[in-house]
Amino acid sequence: MATFTVNGKDVTLEVPDDTPLLWALRDDLRLTGTKFGCGIAQCGACTVMVDGMPRRSCVTPIGTLDGASVETIEGIEGPEVEAVQAAWVGIDVPQCGWCQSGQVMSAVGLLRMNPAPTDEDIDNAMAGNVCRCATYVRIRQAIHDAADMLEG
Amino acid sequence: MTVQTRRQFLAASAGLVIGVALPIRARAQSGAAAALGDGTLAEGSFAPNAFVRVAPDNTITVFCKHIEFGQGPYTGLATLVAEEMDADWSQMRVEAAPADDELYKNLAFGIQGTGGSTAMANSWMQMRQAGAAARAMLVAAAAERWGSDAATLTVSAGTVSDGSNSATFGELAEAAAAQDVPVEPAVKNPSEFTLIGTDRPKVDSRSKSDGTAMFTMDVYRDGMETVVVRRPRVIGATVASFDDAAALEVPGVTAVRQIPQGVAVYATSTAAALKGREALSVEWDYTDAETRSSEEIFAAFSEAARSPGLEAEKVGDSAGAIAAAETVHEAEFLFPFLAHAPLEPLDAVLELKDGKAEIWMGAQFPGADKGAVTQVLGLEPADVTMNVMLAGGSFGRRAQPTAHIGVEIASIAKAAGRDGAWKLVWTREDDLTGAYYRPITVHRMRGGIAADGSIVGWEDRVVNQSIMAGTPFDQGGADPTSFEGSTNMPYALPNLTVDWVKQELPVAPLWWRSVGHTHTAYATEVFLDELLEKAGKDPVQGRLDLLKDEAGRDRAVLERVAEMAGWDGTKVRGDRAYGVALHESFQSYVAQIVEISDAGGLPRVHKVWCAIDCGIAVNPNVIRAQIEGGIGYGLGTALYNELTLGEGGEVQQLNFDTYRMLRINEMPEVEVAIIDSDADPTGVGEPGTPPIAPAVANAWRALTGSSPRRLPFARAGV
Amino acid sequence: MKKWLMIAALAATPALAQDAELRAVGDFDDIEGEEVRSVALFEEMLKVIEHPRCLNCHPVNGGPTQGDDMTPHMPPVVRGDADFGAPGMFCTTCHGTQNVAFVTGDGSIPGHEPWALAPVSMGWQGLSGAEICAQLKDPERNGDRDLAELHEHMAEDGLVGWGWHPGDGRTPVPGTQEAFGEIVQAWIDTGAACPG
Repeated sequence: MATFTVNGKDVTLEVPDDTPLLWALRDDLRLTGTKFGCGIAQCGACTVMVDGMPRRSCVTPIGTLDGASVETIEGIEGPEVEAVQAAWVGIDVPQCGWCQSGQVMSAVGLLRMNPAPTDEDIDNAMAGNVCRCATYVRIRQAIHDAADMLEG
Repeated sequence: MTVQTRRQFLAASAGLVIGVALPIRARAQSGAAAALGDGTLAEGSFAPNAFVRVAPDNTITVFCKHIEFGQGPYTGLATLVAEEMDADWSQMRVEAAPADDELYKNLAFGIQGTGGSTAMANSWMQMRQAGAAARAMLVAAAAERWGSDAATLTVSAGTVSDGSNSATFGELAEAAAAQDVPVEPAVKNPSEFTLIGTDRPKVDSRSKSDGTAMFTMDVYRDGMETVVVRRPRVIGATVASFDDAAALEVPGVTAVRQIPQGVAVYATSTAAALKGREALSVEWDYTDAETRSSEEIFAAFSEAARSPGLEAEKVGDSAGAIAAAETVHEAEFLFPFLAHAPLEPLDAVLELKDGKAEIWMGAQFPGADKGAVTQVLGLEPADVTMNVMLAGGSFGRRAQPTAHIGVEIASIAKAAGRDGAWKLVWTREDDLTGAYYRPITVHRMRGGIAADGSIVGWEDRVVNQSIMAGTPFDQGGADPTSFEGSTNMPYALPNLTVDWVKQELPVAPLWWRSVGHTHTAYATEVFLDELLEKAGKDPVQGRLDLLKDEAGRDRAVLERVAEMAGWDGTKVRGDRAYGVALHESFQSYVAQIVEISDAGGLPRVHKVWCAIDCGIAVNPNVIRAQIEGGIGYGLGTALYNELTLGEGGEVQQLNFDTYRMLRINEMPEVEVAIIDSDADPTGVGEPGTPPIAPAVANAWRALTGSSPRRLPFARAGV
Repeated sequence: MKKWLMIAALAATPALAQDAELRAVGDFDDIEGEEVRSVALFEEMLKVIEHPRCLNCHPVNGGPTQGDDMTPHMPPVVRGDADFGAPGMFCTTCHGTQNVAFVTGDGSIPGHEPWALAPVSMGWQGLSGAEICAQLKDPERNGDRDLAELHEHMAEDGLVGWGWHPGDGRTPVPGTQEAFGEIVQAWIDTGAACPG
């Protein structure tokens, strides 16, 4: 039985070790901001932070998380998060919204490592996050906007 | 139930007068109160009609009769109401209207429904009148309170004033509820608009950026079980027998039941349900299944294209003109099955308790799904409540005349044989193998060019299934959604024949973002481009020269996009090539020019210029977003997507690894111009999609010598 | 109406052209001449080295490939400065410490600790056997390994060993890592000769 933290709180779940983190978050912890889109790490809708790095929760069995720190869209904090969400709202990135928790996670992951990404850096970091509404033009712009806010 | 087709509605819309159906006295708290139940209206609130509620806390809630899945009706309809009320944008709130086919009907359909890019068009006068009625009653309440003449009062940013007194809408709400409801309230002259026509921030951007937006899959009820269903890989197959012994041994699996859709696995968690489904062993009966491969289906369609079909449009004598032409050009275009693949897979939640059912789902025809649940469970309509949820995309998929998701969740509840709550979750595999595809379509085209370069003959034979057949929208005869866009082209072609050869398959077809235009725009705009090329004409000027006199809006968008792109007739510049396409759909006119290069045998699209005329631009911000998204949706599909049936009919694409989505590194820069217009607003959700594939194909031909005759560009998948 | 039944077939893993089996070291004893024998042993090693499980993460420049047909990795990924992906999307964004079976259908996502690309200097894709052989023995390009260390890498490294246990939906490399290690050792013992 794995013990880890989710958004800073200790969590021990009475579910099998092979349960994907995605479903543990949603079904057991009712943290529904993390979304299911494909189940095979192709779309990125389920992206969370594990030990500070973006991770696809749909292919992460909770048994591999002993001692890990998990952050979801409900609990993630910091200047990059505020900047990304402000930029997202600022230019109305979301359409249907289903992928956007994952997009925000990946964008935060990028900006934490690279505060001034180029278009190519953004493509490289964000190519794992599908947006079926194709809000990509605005995602790219919003990441630049967030980088500007962080710099300013 | 009176049902109008979209086509009938559009034909009639010029003279359509939409009244707000209101009771004479507002004391009835009409509409919203009736629909929402007395308990949901806060004390002192004011609900002048089914669409607007003004609360004492000074918030205004708009009940949006259209489902929100990214196309923007929450923001758009709230804008209309706020405009006519002279409300402050910050006080606006939006909630989904409950299912009610009378109160919340789409005036284009006759039932509650979202589709055909009609949300703004059919709500345009209705929501403005709803707002105007509310404003008039708030003003009347203020006049009564202050003993002033209502005609002298002013309203600004949600505050009514007579010069010496002022009151907010919230302060006037209770008194306004006692005022008479104007039956046909006057709406503003467009010159008075302050919100309409300006960029409005979307009301749902924040909740969709911080994870708080609630979708169907996010609904949890006490004691709820998750249910997944083992479905056939061959479309139309049914369960012959199954062995659930191993599935029932999976911890958390509580039951396995056969339902009409397959074998349902009930579990205390999604993970357990999925594991249980993997452990099932099912044998299938293929009696009624489509066991042909898509190659066999294409061959049958091509064969069918050799014989005439139902006439859809005829001008002059195309056969004679083509026979006499200097140059004859022929082409056959093949279009595959396509899945909509909304990123939130299909889902629904149903709670059954003491003979009453409550449903949560992202339904585009909520009345249909509610009706299905009522019928399957044998309940009274009054005992069934439908909550229309935000949906994670749809693109037509959730617009179900068959109500198959309503039927499925109700069948799950029925098979459980007890009170309880269940969440139905489709996986991506269920979604891609679950039919309701954009139907396979073949276009057989012939064109004739005279010695002087003029196009003298045009024939377009469309072979596909009817989407409307068997639905409440079926008018019998030719189904316009099969060939819309091939007919009523803006070009003056003296001899033209468009006909339709209907096919029937066990694979359920469905409208897919832009419906018939998904293939007609490609077939007509690529074929025309080829004819113009053979005639030695410029693709832009050649089109402009061909436009009918009455095609002024087509002309305006084409001229505008040519100006934006700096079009000078150069089709290839260095490693870049340029292509154009023009296509009207849902009464919106769209022209696009693309800049591409060859990236290892596939087009890489760098830039798209797009001009659109969608009437009055209610919210340019949302229009630009829909064009950007519509282009990305159409481009990814044209490059990569086909649902293929293999030998025996087995669906070959199960997930995004083989049914590839466009990704950010493949998204072009998009520049959008919106034509100034004082015409009533028309659709923006779909019209951006049709022109992108033919524009890219035309650029590709400039670069490589040929446009694909069969989509997608990447035939072998990836 | 004709009624017939069919059991849904599971997607079969495509068979590879190479022999499914790795020959034992003893099978090479009959070969006359140490150098000839050494070359033959190396060519046996190539059954492993040139297997898609190994080649996919030994690209010569950019990102990895995947599958037995070695198509570009999807989602698109780049090598990155540390052969570990791009900032924001490292290999570990998707690949965990072990293979993980998909819960919604067949197949699995591969994983191992660590999980990374071989450095550019160790790229193999498109190289001939002779070129790979020369590269393997070149400390400038092989991570400064002598032959003993090379053997250790081939015979004992966990990520190399993953190739024999690649998870549901992937063809394993032939033989066992132990048998492969013996062939590598025999190749070294016979002079580590390269094909001409």
